[in-house]
Amino acid sequence: MLAFIARRLLQSVIVMLVVAFIAFLVFRYVGDPLANLLSQDATMADYEEARERLGLNQPFYVQFYHFVVNALQGQFGVSYRLQQPVSQLILERLPATIELAVASLIIALVFGVFLGVYTALKQRAFSTGVIMTLSLIGVSLPTFLIGIGLIYVFAVELKWLPSFGRGEVVQIGWWRTGLLTQSGLRSLILPAITLSLFQLTLIMRLVRAEMMEVLRTDYIRFARARGLSQRAINFGHALKNTMVPVITITGLQLGSVIAFAIITETVFQWPGVGSLFVNSVAAVDVPVMAAYLVFVALVFVIINLIVDILYFIVDPRLRDGAKSGR
Amino acid sequence: MTTPVLSIKNLVVDFPFHDEVFRAVDGVSFDIMPGEVVGVVGESGAGKSMTGSAVIGLIERPGRISSGEILLKGERIDNLGEPEKARLRGKRIGMVFQDPLTSLNPLYTVGRQLIQTIRTHLPLSEEEARQKAIDLLTEAGIPKAAERIDSYPHQFSGGMRQRVVIALAIAAEPELIIADEPTSALDVSVQAQIIKVLKKLCTNHGAAVMLITHDMGVIAQTADRLVVMHHGKVVETGTVGDIIRRPREPYTVKLIDSIPTIERKEGQIATATPANDDTAYVQVKHLVRDFELGRGSFTKLLPGKVEMFRAVSDVSFSIPKGQTFGLVGESGSGKSTCAKMIVGLVRPSAGHITVDGHDIWAGGAGHQERRKRVQMIFQDPYASLNPRWRVKDIIAEPMRTLGLARNKTEVEHRVAELLNKVRLDPSVMRKFPHEFSGGQRQRIAIARALSSQPEFIVCDEPTSALDVSVQAQVLDLMSELQSEFGLTYLLISHNLAVVRQMSTSVGVLHNGVLVERGPTDAIFDSPQADYTRMLLDAVPDISKVA
Repeated sequence: MLAFIARRLLQSVIVMLVVAFIAFLVFRYVGDPLANLLSQDATMADYEEARERLGLNQPFYVQFYHFVVNALQGQFGVSYRLQQPVSQLILERLPATIELAVASLIIALVFGVFLGVYTALKQRAFSTGVIMTLSLIGVSLPTFLIGIGLIYVFAVELKWLPSFGRGEVVQIGWWRTGLLTQSGLRSLILPAITLSLFQLTLIMRLVRAEMMEVLRTDYIRFARARGLSQRAINFGHALKNTMVPVITITGLQLGSVIAFAIITETVFQWPGVGSLFVNSVAAVDVPVMAAYLVFVALVFVIINLIVDILYFIVDPRLRDGAKSGR
Repeated sequence: MTTPVLSIKNLVVDFPFHDEVFRAVDGVSFDIMPGEVVGVVGESGAGKSMTGSAVIGLIERPGRISSGEILLKGERIDNLGEPEKARLRGKRIGMVFQDPLTSLNPLYTVGRQLIQTIRTHLPLSEEEARQKAIDLLTEAGIPKAAERIDSYPHQFSGGMRQRVVIALAIAAEPELIIADEPTSALDVSVQAQIIKVLKKLCTNHGAAVMLITHDMGVIAQTADRLVVMHHGKVVETGTVGDIIRRPREPYTVKLIDSIPTIERKEGQIATATPANDDTAYVQVKHLVRDFELGRGSFTKLLPGKVEMFRAVSDVSFSIPKGQTFGLVGESGSGKSTCAKMIVGLVRPSAGHITVDGHDIWAGGAGHQERRKRVQMIFQDPYASLNPRWRVKDIIAEPMRTLGLARNKTEVEHRVAELLNKVRLDPSVMRKFPHEFSGGQRQRIAIARALSSQPEFIVCDEPTSALDVSVQAQVLDLMSELQSEFGLTYLLISHNLAVVRQMSTSVGVLHNGVLVERGPTDAIFDSPQADYTRMLLDAVPDISKVA
């Protein structure tokens, strides 16, 4: 298993280097960085001097090397738009996004797995038909529409919940959390539901399909023939066997929820990295975009690593495969 | 008179579909006495498994028991509600399924599955249940049960897993065990052991057994009485000896006659030519195939000793034109790897294969030659035909790729001809594979193999997925085609009776090594290698009963 993790880590490093390279190309060659840094009336001499100072006249690979070394230290330069270090900008906004993503993923997992198991066990029930039809709507409606709809019903008409922002936040170290105040929690509800709906229906349909598949297998039949209780069969034997594909999809979904919460963050004016990215694109803030690219890649790589390790915990067949080195 | 453990009276199981009702079990009645082993035989679709499912109350939707009674120790159980039925399962009726590879939950240790089952039925603590689980495993013949109890199912071989399954089935000391094809997925030598274990455990625990199987040999060795089923009805009942020696019904006679026997048949094909002849049509010389173990793409780059597994080790034989060479061995003996190398699907690590003087692995011209002259028939006719293609396209594909037929009408004409040859109506060419039975599909596979006009056909377990009576028909067809076209066969099988019936000479593979080779009669009548003797002894044979 250790060998397997070491190999995965090596692969992750390669992936990160490739992404860093692309980010570097964007950073360095989308427009002339000096044009953004120097004022309009700078002379040719000023350009030369700045080029020298910033190391832009060095060979390509040396520049890339510096980029990687800086990135490792968390330095992605200074935002053109906000004139602050990019890493600081991202770190400031990261807690908001992570809280939102995790909250929505928990909603999606709890309800998705529960409804998936329910609809798989009661295949013929009327309620299953209703849930399946509603889930189709959940998949097909675009996120922004759901978000606006929720805002209209719960914030504008019923006035139960706030419609934008994070509410009051509490600072714990560098982490700014909204989970400890009532207004923070209330603000979280609508965006989290909006973001979770698509994942929820996806997980539900996946669990249902896998569960129905597993319930047909011989070992479930054999478990029933041994007289085990329905609960032990459905939740002990069947559910665990549906988990491998569910873990895969959930992992990838968490990645995309963190990385692409952009629409939800925009609709609810949630001060996370997603809205930072949207604003940076509008302002052609290249350092932020490059750093964001690396950040998203890092999120996916880490999640994939965790998912791979989870497989080992769930499926003993893989553990033995790893012992023989495969 | 004692009450029978199980008494089935006029049982009818129906599967209602949209516009018609399929009657899977049609008025079946029989009794099983305490401690008795009753064999239920019949071909696939005879309703024997369905009868078993009905007894244990596990009929799949939309099937249901429409009429009749099932009595367990004199109490009616077919009309009980689901919770009451669930209480019977495992506790009073145990079941063993066919495929040990799929009947255990892969994610839990066998110990956990055993303990869970024991504690569901018996009021024992965790430790007591664990001790009982170890005892059961030991009794089922698993060595070092106390250590192996915490292993996962995939760490056991097929035979060992079936022992675990049997241990699970008898865990709560049920009065009746239903064993549904308990040995069909296993090798002959393992089969014999499992039958012994099953019989021993049932005697020890005083359980009656309903043994469902299509294999008359298994029944002959195990059962006291026999129930022959056909199309959902009981055709004949009686003691095993009576039925096998003096079958009354024509269906039973047919079923028994179609079983290939390991004994020599009269009028066997004349003696085989010496096995290693330089002029032989197919020659396999010093064939070796190694597989690397445990090397990922990254570790491959690192230096170090590579662990090798030798699947096939220095195998040599030759087949004269128009004859059949039988290759026998248990699973894992390397026989399928041999077949794949000979048809050119797996590259040999060393050695040569020549067909009619052309080296199969020479590349270029040899490659083209191979594709035309060498064809293969696979084991599973359900998996070897593309389900989205019509029969016509399946059979015509070799002609098209090899450019043997020019236009559409010619192709169609040839396909019709081939279908005639394999005794299928040419009009079926527009149908899809799923519209055919297993035997018919295997005929289609044979027609496809013949379509490139090959001279040499490798048959990898061509009949092991088929019923006995169908198996006899397919084997007859293969023999007829052989004499008609002068085909040369390499017949790979674990079924010794089939090999004896079909081949002129035989090779016995064990762990990749050809332990014995020679004319069929010589090997079967006076085997030299210990392994061959062991294999022959393990074969369940109905003639031993008589």
